[in-house]
Amino acid sequence: MNDGSIFLIGILASSAIPALIIFFLAEESVRLRTSLNLLAAVLKIALVGVLIYGVTEGQTFEGRWTLVPDIDLVLHADALSLLFVSLSSVLWLVTTIYAIGYLEDSPNRSRFFGFFGLCVSATVGVALAGNLITFLIFYELLTLATYPLVVHSGTAAARRAGRIYLTYTLGGGALLVAGVAWLKSMAGALDFTATGILSNMDTLDPVSLQWIFLLLMVGFGVKAAIVPFHGWLPVAMVAPAPVSSLLHAVAVVKAGAFGIVRVVYEIFGVEFASKLGLLLPLAIAAAVTIIYGSVRALFQDGIKPRLAYSTISQVSYIALGTAIAGPLATVGGLVHLVHQGLMKITLFFCAGNFAETLKVHKIREMDGLGQRMPVTMTAFTLAALGMIGVPPTAGFISKWYLGLGAIEASEHWVLWVLVGSSALNAMYFLPMVYRGWFKDANPGDWQEVIPAQRFETHWMLLLPPVITSVLALAVGIFAAASGSPLEWVKYIAELEYL
Amino acid sequence: MNLLPMYLVFAPLLGAISAYLSPRFAAPIAMFVTMLGVAVGLVLFTNIGVDGWSMALAGWDVPLGIAWRIDGLSATLLLLCWVLGAGISVYALGYFRTETAFWPLLLLLLSGCSALFMANDLFNIYVMLEILGLTAVALVALANNSEALKAALTYLFVGLFGSLCYLAGVALLYTQYGVLDITLLGAMTLDEPLTWIACALMALGLLLKSAIFPLHFWLPGAHSNAPAPVSALLSALVVKASFFVLLRLWSEVVPSTPEILGLMLGLVGATAIIWGSYQALRTPRLKLLVAYSTVAQLGYLMLLFPLSMTATNPSSAYAGVVYFMVAHGLAKSALFMVAGNLQRVAGHDRIADLKHAAVILQPSLFAVALAGASIMGLPPSGGFIAKWTLLSTSLSSGEWGWVVMLLGGGLMSVTYIFRILVLAFQDDAQAPMNLPPERSVTRSMQFVPLILGAFAIALGFNATPIIEAITATQMSLSAGAMQ
Repeated sequence: MNDGSIFLIGILASSAIPALIIFFLAEESVRLRTSLNLLAAVLKIALVGVLIYGVTEGQTFEGRWTLVPDIDLVLHADALSLLFVSLSSVLWLVTTIYAIGYLEDSPNRSRFFGFFGLCVSATVGVALAGNLITFLIFYELLTLATYPLVVHSGTAAARRAGRIYLTYTLGGGALLVAGVAWLKSMAGALDFTATGILSNMDTLDPVSLQWIFLLLMVGFGVKAAIVPFHGWLPVAMVAPAPVSSLLHAVAVVKAGAFGIVRVVYEIFGVEFASKLGLLLPLAIAAAVTIIYGSVRALFQDGIKPRLAYSTISQVSYIALGTAIAGPLATVGGLVHLVHQGLMKITLFFCAGNFAETLKVHKIREMDGLGQRMPVTMTAFTLAALGMIGVPPTAGFISKWYLGLGAIEASEHWVLWVLVGSSALNAMYFLPMVYRGWFKDANPGDWQEVIPAQRFETHWMLLLPPVITSVLALAVGIFAAASGSPLEWVKYIAELEYL
Repeated sequence: MNLLPMYLVFAPLLGAISAYLSPRFAAPIAMFVTMLGVAVGLVLFTNIGVDGWSMALAGWDVPLGIAWRIDGLSATLLLLCWVLGAGISVYALGYFRTETAFWPLLLLLLSGCSALFMANDLFNIYVMLEILGLTAVALVALANNSEALKAALTYLFVGLFGSLCYLAGVALLYTQYGVLDITLLGAMTLDEPLTWIACALMALGLLLKSAIFPLHFWLPGAHSNAPAPVSALLSALVVKASFFVLLRLWSEVVPSTPEILGLMLGLVGATAIIWGSYQALRTPRLKLLVAYSTVAQLGYLMLLFPLSMTATNPSSAYAGVVYFMVAHGLAKSALFMVAGNLQRVAGHDRIADLKHAAVILQPSLFAVALAGASIMGLPPSGGFIAKWTLLSTSLSSGEWGWVVMLLGGGLMSVTYIFRILVLAFQDDAQAPMNLPPERSVTRSMQFVPLILGAFAIALGFNATPIIEAITATQMSLSAGAMQ
């Protein structure tokens, strides 16, 4: 359908074209750059809104272009892609506001916002990709576009982080290319199809398929930070706060997790993957990552490193939900894609606010923050409680469905993973919350960089965490309302199981 | 239709003469000829069709006369040749402000290159190779310092020796079969020792001229000491011209070969990739880095030989390699131009001290990012399509060794490309102040590499025209051989 494809290109272009214009803007043209950024972000949300409306009305959106004679570039909007597209476009707008405030008066802003826009385009491309090869193209583009943001500050530490980031992601990317090319040579066009495409082809060699699955999972596992491929994530925290919040808490890691979801459900098909014995190893890797990340988070004394390890742990819930064959677990995993995104971005925004306003980087410096920055601290607390999984927050919904799914699939060991992880979550989040609210500030810990005037910090830094924490709370409380992520995900799960 | 190929050979020839006679108008003449050349190349490429096009020069048919032949392969490379020619002309306009000798030489080289891509006669090819070789040497010598002159001299000897080897092979074939036309010869060659010796001699000469490891020793010196527009021309185009001849011979003249030969040639290529990348990673100088990258990238071309023998669909191996040549041509010329910009602003090309120059050359660094993505074979880019095609060709015949080489080689190129890119991200770099005019860079010198880099990326979005042109050429060749 022709007008549908133009629409999808519009969604990609709404961040890519402004990004390319921004590259060529002079550093001083602040107003033009800011308006362009915000306009583009709002436009994207509007386009996504129309897209969602169209899809719920039963319209199909697909664009197909020949890339090489036997390979098509396919953009396609289905229920699953909409989940990721709407998450990233909403969070892009919020993060843009944050980034404008965060980077005020710092050098190289045109470069920063240019690559930032490209990253968002790549993420949206990952979400809208209609076959595995298109997915791969945007996935690698995301790697390249994120690098300049990781090394943005140009310090020796940043460059080192950039090197590590590339080593992991491009190494993983090479394995992914190998896996995709191999699968392509065996199975032909790799269009994402609900319930999978490989199960209908019984002539394929199962051993080759198992190897291909391994290659693909390692390729995605690097970005999804599954142990032992997680090493880049804590190091990449040297990046500016908006980058850590949107890219390393949401876009990049989610792109990996999303790849796992797509391959398991829509290439292999969950029943077929389970028959090949592929899901249990994946579940174990995810479970190990969940526990390992939480344990490591416990021993970090910096706020950002603790959040980074927490990300490693939390993203694997998605992989875990995918790897447990059963609709309820699928719901738990997929809904966590949205829930974790909202909660984690809030936490990173707050961490950025502490650092920017008072130069607070360590957990022990958080004492008494609740008095000086009550709004930020409230947002932080809400998100932290969500991460722990306290009802009725969003995190509770995810964990509840994961647990139900584990029981449904009689994988009872998963319950212990969930319980253990939640306990660890509480052990590393609650002390931060406690220090913030119930301890008195130690003199000398803080440096007032942004003095408290009307608000406790710059309003552009304050608004984003307020918005995201409210959203995170809302998706938990109103989980049963129609149009909530949970309801949407239930609809997807119905499609994946026949 | 006949006029278009004629234009590509004779217009630059006439242009070269008039540019030589009136140095004041040399640059405008070259600009005009090359810009129109791009248009002609484009028309030729879009109209070439499956069967290609051939013409007997001066009305004499083969075997008495000489024939030109343009098929999908020639048309693709002709287009590449003229796009590069035009891009390099615009860049050189800013680079050479007083040097006028560049323009006639450039036009002469483009003329020779175009004629080579159309030639279907072994002796005709020899003449064109000599023209190319000699103009290239003269272009290197334009740098006019002792290093460059020394490199030019080495280049001259290597070129002459290579041509001689090639000529000896041609002579042997001629005494044996009595024809020089490639198509006629292809139908006649037999599996005989003398034919093999002839092919080996020709291959030796061509491999030397294409700087295929271990015969690459002359390339880093020549390409890194030449002026930047010349380096771009040599690395992007000239080495590929001789490889084109090799490709023609391999697919049409060489009698059926044992697989072990293809394997050995492929291993030579693999060594080139590893060695070139290693040297590019180590060298302290930017232009040497880019030159060694060429040594490595040329190694990929050698994968043609094993893959075209084992693949279930040999034409895809040709398609992948030719696509690689095109993507590499665009990307590598962009990289050399950027190296020229950095060198001009900094006054040297020591990578460790280039960060200050990089501050005012952000568009150039962005061009490195674009061109580099293609060199690294990351999607979406022409380099990715080329590698993907080679990758699926290897996978279809279960050649895992080449798969590892293709992917590993890509990762190795990451290490040296990022040595350049990281220059853009240094917090202690300060923009150089008060640059004297001879160290400043014009706007066009920044934009040309950006555009060429963008082309290298754009090749990743629709590969069908070129891939189909090459596949059709090779299909019709193998169909002809069957009959």
